[in-house]
Amino acid sequence: MEKRVTFKGIWLPLLLVLPQMLITAVFFFYPAGQAVWQSLFIPDPFGLSMQWVGLGNFEYLLSDPYYRASFATTAVFSILVTVVSMGVALYLAVLADRLIKGSGTYRTLLIWPYAVAPAVAGVLWLFMFNTRVGVVTWYLGQLGYDWNHVLNEGEAMGLVVVASSWGRVSYNFLFFLAGLQAIPKSVIEAAAIDGARFWMRFRTIVFPLLSPTTFFLLVVNIVYAFFETFGVIHTITSGGPQQATTILVYKVYADGFVGQDLGSSAAQSVILLLIVSVLTIVQFKFIERRVHY
Amino acid sequence: MRLQTSLLAFAAVAATAGSAAAQTEIEFWHAFTGRLGELVAEQVETFNASQSDYVVVASHKGNYSETLNAGIAAFRAGEQPDILMVFEVGTATMMAAKGAIKPVFEVMADAGADFDQDAFIGSVKGYYTSSDGQMLSLPFNSSTPVLWVNRTALEAAGIDPDTDLSTWQKVGETLDALKAAGSECPLTTAWQSWIHLENLSAYHNVPFATKDNGFSGTDTELALNGPVQVQHIAQMGEWAKDGKFIYAGRRNEGGANFRAGECALFTESSAGYAGIKAEAEFDFEVRPLPYWEGVEGAPQNTIIGGASLWVMEGQSDEEYKGVAEFLKFLSSVDIQAKWHQDTGYLPITTAAGEKTKEMGFYDENPGTDVAVIQMTAKEPTANSKGLRLGSFDQIRTLIDEELEGVWAGDKTAQEALDSAVERGNVLLRRFEQSAQ
Repeated sequence: MEKRVTFKGIWLPLLLVLPQMLITAVFFFYPAGQAVWQSLFIPDPFGLSMQWVGLGNFEYLLSDPYYRASFATTAVFSILVTVVSMGVALYLAVLADRLIKGSGTYRTLLIWPYAVAPAVAGVLWLFMFNTRVGVVTWYLGQLGYDWNHVLNEGEAMGLVVVASSWGRVSYNFLFFLAGLQAIPKSVIEAAAIDGARFWMRFRTIVFPLLSPTTFFLLVVNIVYAFFETFGVIHTITSGGPQQATTILVYKVYADGFVGQDLGSSAAQSVILLLIVSVLTIVQFKFIERRVHY
Repeated sequence: MRLQTSLLAFAAVAATAGSAAAQTEIEFWHAFTGRLGELVAEQVETFNASQSDYVVVASHKGNYSETLNAGIAAFRAGEQPDILMVFEVGTATMMAAKGAIKPVFEVMADAGADFDQDAFIGSVKGYYTSSDGQMLSLPFNSSTPVLWVNRTALEAAGIDPDTDLSTWQKVGETLDALKAAGSECPLTTAWQSWIHLENLSAYHNVPFATKDNGFSGTDTELALNGPVQVQHIAQMGEWAKDGKFIYAGRRNEGGANFRAGECALFTESSAGYAGIKAEAEFDFEVRPLPYWEGVEGAPQNTIIGGASLWVMEGQSDEEYKGVAEFLKFLSSVDIQAKWHQDTGYLPITTAAGEKTKEMGFYDENPGTDVAVIQMTAKEPTANSKGLRLGSFDQIRTLIDEELEGVWAGDKTAQEALDSAVERGNVLLRRFEQSAQ
């Protein structure tokens, strides 16, 4: 029998969800509505005049081959950031979970990078990989590898992926570790007694039981890669070389805040919003089925 | 006791309010930090101490783009400052914003200030004047690209440090010699679009864009894929392929390499002077920007980069009088001469340049006048007056992208510049539409 807590009347529940609704309305629905509205105009930067262009901004964007190319760039970037940051975090969490001594220290150290702002993280990585004075560049040079992310597109993409994933590993680590510790020891011990080795236990017991956490992190990390990484891109590559690291959100920033083209920038935000909504719906519809709560 | 305190507080507030009412406050937003920030603060203090009617309050609002954004956001909220610093690429945006800005010549005329536009250096002023010659904003910090030479590196490579570097042909020979001697960075650059396309065009008297580089209308189109530009970029691409030109980044990343003594030649703004002088542990020299021998009319004059001061609409007459006073003060001879000598930026008036010369500054600091001479040697033409293009920041970005294609060997110079023109024109049409 399912147990349900029910309220009498509808005023109390309404009152209880009201703060959340208000916050969503003020900080999400209102700005999103503004973006949709603005995307239908070409305004001048000072707000002195606005010209109605209907879907003109969208037509302008989608007919631009460079804009269309940045969809592919964004897909590659987001998948890499999500896979790298979740993979490394899961690996570290499994290791930290098995620790008996000094686990507190390890955990604290692993969580630290999360406190570093994305733009600052970008600068740190940029220094290490600076083509002339970077420490890593120097060591690579000793090994005979000529690192030059200023002109090499693959290297530039690698660098922004690593820099964007780095701080994210901490966040994911925290959730994975909590997830791992919530798995009852008795289940794992029972499997061990039955003769299941570590890898077998991980594959058949731990990972499935961790799936709610993994699913949550998947959604959150994709949203992160889509929206919050422009600081890193801005400080490390500014979207270059050529357009190798120009992801959609960076273009929103560059066109809106640097180029003062608010109509195009608004239209791009709307497109981005649609993509992420669709992705999230797809994730909930298809991947969530395989999640065991 | 409590009543007493609050009375005292009230009296204090009333007193400060009283003194503030007597002086009109002028808000000035700028983009300078560090040493430049200090020098601006010093100018403002000197002005405030020199008279008692106005108080200029200077605030730092971030880098150039951020300052422009802050100004725009403030205008939309009706809280705009009196004076806003805007970098040269934002000029067309500001000009198109009729109703948001008050042209400097108008501010001066309304205030009855004695203001002689002819006192300003033509090629500096030209960037910021309307097509009928009226000054729209006051040039504040202006620089122009020059060739920086590491004499020690040339000597180490067995090259006479006094060798002729006036033309790109000669520079090419020197690069060959440097490479042959094992130099890892014969040439690098900062601000590639500004130096190797915008200034290249002006210096060789060829258009960067149609309609007098945008001065006579927003229906302008890019023209930077002409033979002079294509030939130059193709040559730079060759040098990049042979390891003679080292590309360090879109902004002034190359400066770190040059200052560290790694690069022999460096094309960078004349305002790089302060930094190079402070850090370089080698013998350096400033030379005029090289030109291609055989191009008719070269060398013409180079154009400027930097920022100017725009006066915002919607302030009281009293404030505009103060603004006029302050702008007059900034362009006065002593203040300008000091600014020029302290920063390496160009003097904006002829008199300030002459005064610096009389003081013996150029003799003590050889090469500091190279930029001034390069800018003023010839009367600017329609191709060398400056550039006035909308969405120019974005256009520079796409030029950067295309040039990176050439440096990486993915595109020929012709392909890259054709593509830059095509992509840039789309942005120009959008700007034309928004400015209507």
